Amino acid sequence: MRKSFQSATKTIRNLMTRKGVVFSVFFLGALSFLAIFADLLGFDYLTQNLIASLQPPSAEYWFGTDELGRDILSRVVYGTRTSLVTSAGAVTIAALLGVPIGLIAGFFGGWRDAVLMRVVDVMLALPAILFAMALIAILGKGQMAAMIAVGITGTPSFARITRAQVLSLRNRDFVTAVEAFGGSATYAMFRTILPNSWSPIVVQAIVLASVAILLEAALSFLGMGVAPPTPSWGEMLRTGKSYLYEAPYYAVLPGIILTLTILSFDTIGRAMTDLLEGRHDLGDHTSKDAEPTK
Amino acid sequence: MKSTGTNNLSHAVKKPDTDAVLSVRDLTVSFFTNGKQVPVVRAIDLDVFANEVHCIVGESGSGKSVTSLAVTGLLPVTATVSGSIRLNGIEVNKADDETLRNMRGRDVGFIFQDPATTLNPVMRVGRQITEGQVVHGLLAASDAPGRAAELLTEVDIADPQGRVTQYPHQFSGGMRQRAVIAMAMSGRPNLIVADEPTTALDVTVQAQVLSVLLQRQQALGSAIILITHDLGVVAEVADRVSVMYGGSIVESGTVQDIFDHPCHPYTAALLRSVPRIDAGDDRLETIPGQPPTPAELPSGCVFHPRCALGANKARCQTERPQLRGFGSGQMTACHFAEEMQPDRPAPPARAATQTRRADMKPLLEVDDIKVHFPVKKGILQRTVGWVRAVDGVSLRVHPGETVSLVGESGCGKTTFARAIMGLLDVNAGDVRFDGHSIVGLGRRAMRPVRRQMQYVFQDPYSSLNPVLSAADIVAEPMRLHGLFEDMGGDKRIAELFEMVGLSPSMMGKYPHEFSGGQKQRLGIARTLGLKPRLLILDEPVAALDVSIQAQILNLLQDIQRELDLGYLFISHNLSVVRHISDRVAVMYLGKLVEQGACDEIYENAAHPYTLSLLSAAPISNPGMRNQRARIILRGEIPNPASPPSGCRFHPRCFRATDICRAQAPELATQAGLKTTSICHHAGPLDPNEIALASQPKAEQ
Repeated sequence: MRKSFQSATKTIRNLMTRKGVVFSVFFLGALSFLAIFADLLGFDYLTQNLIASLQPPSAEYWFGTDELGRDILSRVVYGTRTSLVTSAGAVTIAALLGVPIGLIAGFFGGWRDAVLMRVVDVMLALPAILFAMALIAILGKGQMAAMIAVGITGTPSFARITRAQVLSLRNRDFVTAVEAFGGSATYAMFRTILPNSWSPIVVQAIVLASVAILLEAALSFLGMGVAPPTPSWGEMLRTGKSYLYEAPYYAVLPGIILTLTILSFDTIGRAMTDLLEGRHDLGDHTSKDAEPTK
Repeated sequence: MKSTGTNNLSHAVKKPDTDAVLSVRDLTVSFFTNGKQVPVVRAIDLDVFANEVHCIVGESGSGKSVTSLAVTGLLPVTATVSGSIRLNGIEVNKADDETLRNMRGRDVGFIFQDPATTLNPVMRVGRQITEGQVVHGLLAASDAPGRAAELLTEVDIADPQGRVTQYPHQFSGGMRQRAVIAMAMSGRPNLIVADEPTTALDVTVQAQVLSVLLQRQQALGSAIILITHDLGVVAEVADRVSVMYGGSIVESGTVQDIFDHPCHPYTAALLRSVPRIDAGDDRLETIPGQPPTPAELPSGCVFHPRCALGANKARCQTERPQLRGFGSGQMTACHFAEEMQPDRPAPPARAATQTRRADMKPLLEVDDIKVHFPVKKGILQRTVGWVRAVDGVSLRVHPGETVSLVGESGCGKTTFARAIMGLLDVNAGDVRFDGHSIVGLGRRAMRPVRRQMQYVFQDPYSSLNPVLSAADIVAEPMRLHGLFEDMGGDKRIAELFEMVGLSPSMMGKYPHEFSGGQKQRLGIARTLGLKPRLLILDEPVAALDVSIQAQILNLLQDIQRELDLGYLFISHNLSVVRHISDRVAVMYLGKLVEQGACDEIYENAAHPYTLSLLSAAPISNPGMRNQRARIILRGEIPNPASPPSGCRFHPRCFRATDICRAQAPELATQAGLKTTSICHHAGPLDPNEIALASQPKAEQ
């Protein structure tokens, strides 16, 4: 009885994960498609139609209109651009800083490790949103501040994950072999260890992408994001909040899109983690050559 | 640690009692993998009687471990089991969890391969070995400590009262395995299942553990199922043997019969492919091909694709042979067992060791090198001591010569090899390659040397970069040196593939698609790309199956002959070393204790450590086991951070005297001896000595 129950829940959980992933991929794909081809598809986020301000959703305006009579759906679609670009930029910055730090710290160890990891600890101690505000004070409003802020605060996780990978691979024979052939440290790090470490790094990138979207929305919500009239989800939430009673859809619909986007990223990230761990298990059972240990 | 002494590890073959302790009929186990049922054990019959050691021998994937788990109802829920397993009259296959639990506590004991993971690290050993008994209500909790001490005494653990309250990490490897034996035997079970119980242990410790296991078994009259891939161990301890291949038992019989006149071609071929410690044979016979994987079993007889007898017989390809009686008491699963050569051919005499090498200029000269690692402690990481992993070793390797370095784990073999390769810093001494010193060279200066000196790793599973294709793996060293095109590019790769016996059509595959033996061939091909003159081989066959091991050893010998390579061969396997070496150096705790020509070391050893190693190594000849006197060393290798004073071997040595404790001996060739050794009392083994050594000595 117990066995069948266990295997049943396992199957259900697997199925759920899979469905969730399918939905997430589809959702993010559709969103990116709309954002990329917004101009061609005829979305217009700028034209004001003051007569039709704060309209509820209708056949003409699927998501309704805002206080200036602009199409909210179009603004959501263009807002996607802001979110995705910020998030891609932040992840790139974090990966470009974090991965080499992790590689060097893990590979050489000793004082390099000590120094780099303390720097990383300092980065980790920065509260992302305050740091972003400080940057905005220096750089002015815009996507850049959010990008850099999330990029810098996201660096430690990349550095740590990479370092952990390097430490587990550093003493594997195939890395020693490269040294024995006369390969340089750079070769061993970037050509041998890094290609074997991608999976957790990619998972981390996906997780950070959703953090970046959320932080960008938060900054815009506080009025420190992209300058108007460029649309942004956070900015729409902020304005929409004032009309919550007359036009609840104004804040709610962009909010739902934001939530679904973050949920999708997280779902994919988690499924990939499962897959990576699952592959381990699978490998042990079906391994063609179960070798004798020593 | 009172187990010093002679012990021939053997006992007369007993007549089986009429009632089997364990009786298995038509057992089939399959796992659901990749959408289909994969049979791992296929319709086997097995009887195990009281008072006997029944060995199940087989290569990886033969189903031997799964059989042992099935017997005790320990298989995971994903396994489908059919057939009948009767243990003490209980049908295991149909028993409920409660019955099985009781059975495991009382009737069956287990000994697993790795004692380090069998014991719970946070529970005191004494409580742990009696826990099962207490839980089953067979022992009052108040009596447990006393019983635990008694059990530890029975497995020859010194100071049992003190040891009872210790944790597993305070035990050495061999003591842990003895504690596991004590635990398995605590309920006086009539069946003990031991799955590769000594595979993780060194040869001298293996001898201790096997002797304790057999002593206890004789005292309790239990039956033992011992699963192993080591034919030497089988010859030493088995009463009866079942040989498994591809999920089936292909042959079973008494140990003497199996070794003297095997009646299945697989058994016969397996026996011929094992290098022997008691005779230097020139070339090993190999079994072609790979052991089958359970998912892709050949039709008919599973062995037919590799069988010399049945290769082109239609019956073998279509009809699966059943186990049938053969001769007196033997069973075989071969259609044509009657056609087999009755006798195992005598191993061909080995060509005399080449002496011409000695007057050539040596390729590698190592002079008194030392590799010490600092031991750091405290917040400030101050160096509080040094681990003397290699402490003054000198060695020569000539072109075309194989020099073997033998020793137990922790003696510094691998450190020594890696220091020569420049992968570790050398603290003192000199290493010269082709006459030029290479110690302390920078990465750039070292590069031209690295071309000529290559390293083959022990574990083919971890030494190949999993994200590179086979061709890229072999090409990598040449590319690193910018010589890929000069060396002939893809043509050179194909050439190397053929040289190591791999088909060039496999060039595009990735490491996980290769079997263990094929991976090791790739590892060898990779080192040959740059046309090296010296190969350092670090246990190159230790992770491989017996039949594959023979293929790789032959390959190494062929390549050496063809390219006149010098080999520094590192191994703990004395049989393999005897087979492949020209000269042998024995290492103990960072020092070479004895070196000499291969046959001299095996026949005229003078150092007590070498003598003990040789006597502890199992010999694949069951007839020898009653005649052989055995020195069982006490204890294990001491901590190299604080080696014993004087001669490093004295705490374990049967010849130790006061001078050994006070003064370290010098390396010398003593008059009348054929090897060079460091010992105050070097000399051949005197039969009286064994009797002397058998007397228990005071604990050190």
